[in-house]
Amino acid sequence: MYHWIPFWPDTAAVNAIVVNNLYIAELGVSGLIMVTVVAMMLTFCIRYRKGSAASRADRVQKTWHFEIGWTIATLGAFLVLFVWGAAIYIWLYQAPRGDEEVYVVAKRWMWKIEHPGGQSEIDALHVPVNKTIRVVMASEDVIHSFFVPAFRIKRDVVPGTLETIWFKADKIGVFKLECAQFCGLQHATMQGEVDVLSGPDYARWLTEQGVHESLAEQGEAVFRAHGCSGCHGNNSTVHAPPLAGLYGTYVHMQDGSVRLADEAYIRDCILNPRSFTVAGYPPLMPDFAGQLGEDDLLKLVAYIKSLGKQESAQ
Amino acid sequence: MSVTTVERGPAAEPAAAASEPSYLTGENTVASWLLTRDHKRIALLFFASITFFFFIGGFAATLMRLNLATPEGLLQPAVYNRMFTMHGIIMVWFFLIPSIPTTFGNFFVPLMIGARDLAFPRVNLASWYVFNLSGLVVLFALVMGGADAGWTFYTPLSTSYANGYVFAAALAVFINGFSSIMTSLNFIVTIHRLRAPGMTWMRLPLFIWGIYAVSGVMLTATPVLAMDTFLLAVERFLGVGLFDPNHGGDPLLWQHMFWFYSHPAVYIMILPAMGVASEIIPCYARRPIFGYSGMTMALMAIAILSFFVWAHHMFVAGISIYSGVAFSLMTFFVAVPSAIKVFNWTVSLHKGSIIFDAPMLYALSFVLLFTLGGVTGLMLATLGIDVDVHGTYFVVAHFHYVMVGATVSAFFGALHYWWPKMTGRLYPEIWARFAAILTFVGFNLTFFPQFILGYLGMPRRSYTYSPEWQSWNLLSSAGASILAIAYILPLLYLGWSLLRGRKASANPWRATGLEWATRSPPPAHNFERTPVVALEPYCYDPERDTYVTQEGVPHAG
Repeated sequence: MYHWIPFWPDTAAVNAIVVNNLYIAELGVSGLIMVTVVAMMLTFCIRYRKGSAASRADRVQKTWHFEIGWTIATLGAFLVLFVWGAAIYIWLYQAPRGDEEVYVVAKRWMWKIEHPGGQSEIDALHVPVNKTIRVVMASEDVIHSFFVPAFRIKRDVVPGTLETIWFKADKIGVFKLECAQFCGLQHATMQGEVDVLSGPDYARWLTEQGVHESLAEQGEAVFRAHGCSGCHGNNSTVHAPPLAGLYGTYVHMQDGSVRLADEAYIRDCILNPRSFTVAGYPPLMPDFAGQLGEDDLLKLVAYIKSLGKQESAQ
Repeated sequence: MSVTTVERGPAAEPAAAASEPSYLTGENTVASWLLTRDHKRIALLFFASITFFFFIGGFAATLMRLNLATPEGLLQPAVYNRMFTMHGIIMVWFFLIPSIPTTFGNFFVPLMIGARDLAFPRVNLASWYVFNLSGLVVLFALVMGGADAGWTFYTPLSTSYANGYVFAAALAVFINGFSSIMTSLNFIVTIHRLRAPGMTWMRLPLFIWGIYAVSGVMLTATPVLAMDTFLLAVERFLGVGLFDPNHGGDPLLWQHMFWFYSHPAVYIMILPAMGVASEIIPCYARRPIFGYSGMTMALMAIAILSFFVWAHHMFVAGISIYSGVAFSLMTFFVAVPSAIKVFNWTVSLHKGSIIFDAPMLYALSFVLLFTLGGVTGLMLATLGIDVDVHGTYFVVAHFHYVMVGATVSAFFGALHYWWPKMTGRLYPEIWARFAAILTFVGFNLTFFPQFILGYLGMPRRSYTYSPEWQSWNLLSSAGASILAIAYILPLLYLGWSLLRGRKASANPWRATGLEWATRSPPPAHNFERTPVVALEPYCYDPERDTYVTQEGVPHAG
């Protein structure tokens, strides 16, 4: 709706529409402040230039009520902007479960995208239009930042944890995907594109990739290869926390705290289990730090999440 | 070159009271300069050092803008990355942070409060040597090829991946901090202990308040920077996992620690500039500043609040949503005293008798550019918008408006305003006005297009970009070439004025401060007798075109 404004960037997601409105409001407030200052300055500079005939008598002596006036006025305007901006931030940064999920591994200098169906792509992200997409991101090396200007979303991908973000594209087309955090030599070329497709086109694209093994199935292979199934499998005799239905629940820890079992939690537990001992279970699990790449970790996470889905489906 | 120099005061009186030679001519051996304890000579030494680094940092910026004139660029990616890193490090620590405090602060704090020198003259000299030592280290890093991790040294890029001279650059920053600490300590003690009789706190010129506020911030924040760079070295050389997640560290810990220093450092760069504007505007509007006590409170409020906003650099970095919200709120709070100051400066023109000499043109540019930098800062403080524009050219444009537009304008304003006092010569007014206007035009041409580029989504620190952004980048590069001329021009005509400029009287601008009560240039011991202060600063009367100095001496039109 703001495309009549010159130099306006593409708007292609519900996220972007919300940010656009705030941006226009903020431009308005900024413009008002600038115009006020410039108008006062110009008026005074012309009217009270040296040698002009304007009277200089009765200069304002008491200044405090002016100062209190513009303190309250600016504070009031600022608080409105603050609340508005904070509300959007909370909405943008709490990723819902989503209609679709994609996993992203950022490494110098490429974006590797993994779809739950097992399709993977590099520097390109195919998504269906009008669906809420939940993006789970990991970094192999340094800090990157996942940025789609047309969606007005950005989040740093910090190594050592998983970050999530979401969007709902509402326009079919190809949009820029950028890295917005300096990540070394070829940072400037760490760019890709987001292809927003119609539902049928997206379904066709998925099948055209010719992949037979879903991400969770690939994760199951990793799960077996690293011996996880020895303890966490259905037939295991070891007293290990069950993984089925774990994702999205609250877990009581040995130290009394309660944690939400999201993607980052599952990743942390695999790499550093001693810090995440579940209440009622002995701290037996060896840590897997250094043994699993971010790729395999994401596959494991996808597998463990899928265990929950199978359970509820049954 | 036909040049007119303008003097607004009575003609230079013959040097009747020249019982003591000026600080410039007293002794003229090299040792008398290199071992001087005179704050005025040390100020000139600092001036030489920071001017050198300003042009080095400017050279890096020139290469960057040259590279960005076309999407393909001219430089190798590695060279471009090193250029923006060195540009940032040199401009922040070797020009902007020391700029106004070490030159005009050093020169004018004692003169404006009626003291003979700073409290610790030897510490002051040591500060210059430490500064130059750190300068040698940074030049070493630059000559060897430069660091390539950005001036923010974000981990784990800086500790595990970057292969330039990152540690040499960090060491330079570490050493540089001690110079800041020594200088700020000196100012605080001097302002507390060495004020002339009658110079109460509420009679201090606002420049002194600005220096006082900035010294407090420098003294408390800079030690954190020393810790940061030390820990960076511990991780890089001893492999201790502090910031690297592969060794159990947390990359965000670095960002918290770095910005805990570097956000206050932003205010270190702007507070002295606010002080300068508050000196120049009343003098050239010929009326008292509007709301003196409000201005002092706003300065101190900014200094204190600056410590509680650091994580607004990290809204998209994966901090908790709630701390994002808290830091956004604090950032809006720190904007309130800044807004008060802008309105007070503007209203200080009301019913004045305004003279548009070069210092005033620079001061008015300062106010305008600071306001534009400020309102775009509000946008960045707004969480929903920061998520979009963080890490883009929008941020680059915003902080250049504040740190270059505002602070460097104030620096040049101060240079012209106090030039007669420092050198005893008047600068050519026409050329100076031309340079001031050229600076304003060139600056806006350079940096305003970057706001648009940022909102269109161009990420910062990129040696190449999409071809559709070329016209804005070209405009920005063209503006930068104008800006470069505007910055070199004063070097030429001020240099000329040293040799050929008309001799300045003690008070060529008919100003009220104590620094104008002594000769131009001042004698080595500043005052022939200790001044006694009777009045608040800025007793100008535009109605009758008279003024009363702080010593209570009235002057007619």
